[in-house]
Amino acid sequence: MDTVNLTIDNKPVVVKSGTTILEAASGVGMHIPTLCHMKLDDLNIENKPGGCRICVVEVEGRRNLAPACCTDVSEGMKINTHSMRVINARRTVMELILSDHPFDCLICAKSGNCDLQDMAHNLGIREIHYKGEQSTYREDTSPAIIREVDKCIMCRRCETMCNEVQTVGVLSAINRGFESVVSPAFEMNLDHSVCTYCGQCVAVCPTGALTEVDETGKVIRALSDPTKTVIVQTAPAVRAALGEEFGMEAGSLVTGKLVAALRRLGFDHVFDTDFAADLTIMEEGTELLNRLGKHLAGDKDVKLPILTSCCPAWVKFFEHQFPEMKDIPSTARSPQQMFGAIAKTYFADQLGIKREDLVVVSIMPCVAKKYECGRDEFKTNDNPDVDHAITTRELAALIKLSNIDFTALPNEDFDNPLGESTGAGVIFGTTGGVIEAAVRTAYEVHTKKELPKLDFDELRGMEGIREATIDFDGLPIKIGIAHGLGNARKLLEDIQAGNSEFHAIEIMSCPGGCIGGGGQPYHHGDAGILKKRQAALYTEDKNKTLRKSHLNPHIIELYEKFLGEPMSEKAHHLLHTEYFDRT
Amino acid sequence: MPKIKLAENTVQLIKDICVEFENKESELINVLHQVQSKLGYLPAEVQEVIAKELKTSVAKVYGVVTFYSFFTMIPQGENPISICMGTACYVRGAEQVLNEFKRQLKVEVGESTEDGKFSINCLRCVGACGLAPVVTVGEKVYGRVAPTDVKKIIAEYHNR
Ligand code: SF4
Ligand code: SF4
Ligand code: SF4
Ligand code: FES
Ligand code: FES
Repeated sequence: MDTVNLTIDNKPVVVKSGTTILEAASGVGMHIPTLCHMKLDDLNIENKPGGCRICVVEVEGRRNLAPACCTDVSEGMKINTHSMRVINARRTVMELILSDHPFDCLICAKSGNCDLQDMAHNLGIREIHYKGEQSTYREDTSPAIIREVDKCIMCRRCETMCNEVQTVGVLSAINRGFESVVSPAFEMNLDHSVCTYCGQCVAVCPTGALTEVDETGKVIRALSDPTKTVIVQTAPAVRAALGEEFGMEAGSLVTGKLVAALRRLGFDHVFDTDFAADLTIMEEGTELLNRLGKHLAGDKDVKLPILTSCCPAWVKFFEHQFPEMKDIPSTARSPQQMFGAIAKTYFADQLGIKREDLVVVSIMPCVAKKYECGRDEFKTNDNPDVDHAITTRELAALIKLSNIDFTALPNEDFDNPLGESTGAGVIFGTTGGVIEAAVRTAYEVHTKKELPKLDFDELRGMEGIREATIDFDGLPIKIGIAHGLGNARKLLEDIQAGNSEFHAIEIMSCPGGCIGGGGQPYHHGDAGILKKRQAALYTEDKNKTLRKSHLNPHIIELYEKFLGEPMSEKAHHLLHTEYFDRT
Repeated sequence: MPKIKLAENTVQLIKDICVEFENKESELINVLHQVQSKLGYLPAEVQEVIAKELKTSVAKVYGVVTFYSFFTMIPQGENPISICMGTACYVRGAEQVLNEFKRQLKVEVGESTEDGKFSINCLRCVGACGLAPVVTVGEKVYGRVAPTDVKKIIAEYHNR
């Protein structure tokens, strides 16, 4: 292996050749500021346009300053990362960026979480010496995401996520020079495009140019309406990330505090989407076994592999891009929607109130869920099963707004009946979790034997595409897992070409699964956070007494009292859905 | 955006051009050039076909079309007028010439007149700086154009 010797701020450093100055510096704990550059380790995601020039450093003997993020080290280099010249150059670059940026910080949705704001602060910018015209662009509001392109600094991180990682291809830089913006084709609005609302562009945007649609106001209004009963469900991934918004270490499990906070916010019943995840397993698992049974009996028309359908961005993706395959995914609704459907029938009946008087709010790691709850299939007489979906970030904002001291809250338990869940429901929040939960139940239902071991390490991990064969008592079941839509596309193309040997495939749109959702606390480029959130969910699973969905007593009761059995007609009506060709 | 359905043979023509460039995404600019030279312009529907053939996103194609000033999404007039806005032409008054064309024809840059006779476009340096400011109408090149020449130039084509 070739190595290179250099010095950074007079400190001798030895690195592999082909290393960038930025990497070499961070390897020895020296921080060079970056703005456009983004590298998400473990996920193999990198955005490196070399456009912003905030990362410039001085290389002795070179006339020009070098951008550290895209300059490779060379033998004998002497680098200075914060000389007077470097600092002045960075300040100039920042002032130029700010000279074409609205001064909205005090009222910007991104304030306090904005990389641009932080950078201006760190560089001590107190004055902008460049005055000129500012570019303006109309605001684009979709059901889930708002584009305020005036605040775009053309770092093009969103483009990398949308094109290379997700292969959706909605966003591209268009026009030239001063007029250039990142936009969908023909400058159409996002809701006319093939956008999946995965929110991965939002997750990486360093400014307030891309944000989620804020629905906290609607939630506050519902909570203060005395004629409404307001209940809340919270998705698995939220409990593994919310603490970060309150300065807690990444990977802190805050389930108990989360419940306490929701109670203090005034929700009448605090429930858990994990309950609905268990319900999803009952339906999806049964569907898998049905299809598998037919396949083994020699039925040539049965479609395999079965694909999971819990992720609304994934659903919209195949509706746009692979409509001819829309009968392959499971027809099971997502846990969010199963919860809403049960809440507005079974639970509303228990309370003896009309569905219109029950408001269902969900706390989601996801921005696509905002779009999902607005889909027509999930409404009865125009009343949606889920009224409002807010992100983990929006919940944090609500908690702060209500002056709740989150870290000091006690641990409290979810309410019943829709708050009881098993460990299988908890792991829905990570890539690999849905299929592991399904395997735990499908195995026992199919073999009528108890699983010797519940942890399927072969299904866990962070690689973009994973596969494993699970022995169902002599019957080998082939399982595939993809997270990130680009990886999903590869598996879909294999199916299309007839090269897929899988029986079941789990797909989640966001890298890492919902723990890396577009509505989670910003990771600011540190993908290591996702692994910590993932570990937290597996810990919560381990700590549960019940870890298999079919053993959840309230699920058993729900089938006994209300639904009959999985895939019954009633279950079909309330818990399954259909897909549309959106081309 | 109203969907225009392209004629079958237009779609075929676009596909053939893409095949000529081995359906390579890296050949996007060349494909766009060829298609525009055949069709005169690159409307949305055409870009969609090209994106599909080259297995890239429509947004990327649109990005390239809007980046280069010689691509246009609007049908050109019978007599496409191009005004050079390169540095040499600019400093010698190209903007005033452009404004005069806009005023007389009552169209903006990138548009065509209602009767379809003229369209106006701006170009970057066309390599005839010695003649600045430079205007081309179709294949014909006019040098050292002053705003007062504009009327005469338009008249040349009006009665054809
Ligand atoms: S939400 Fe996802 S699909 Fe939509 S523009 Fe952003 S990255 Fe692309
Ligand atoms: S919208 Fe955000 S992520 Fe995309 S280029 Fe602009 S600043 Fe960067
Ligand atoms: S993976 Fe999870 S967070 Fe991401 S879009 Fe899908 S459901 Fe939402
Ligand atoms: S961070 Fe290096 S050029 Fe933007
Ligand atoms: S600047 Fe117009 S021809 Fe060169």
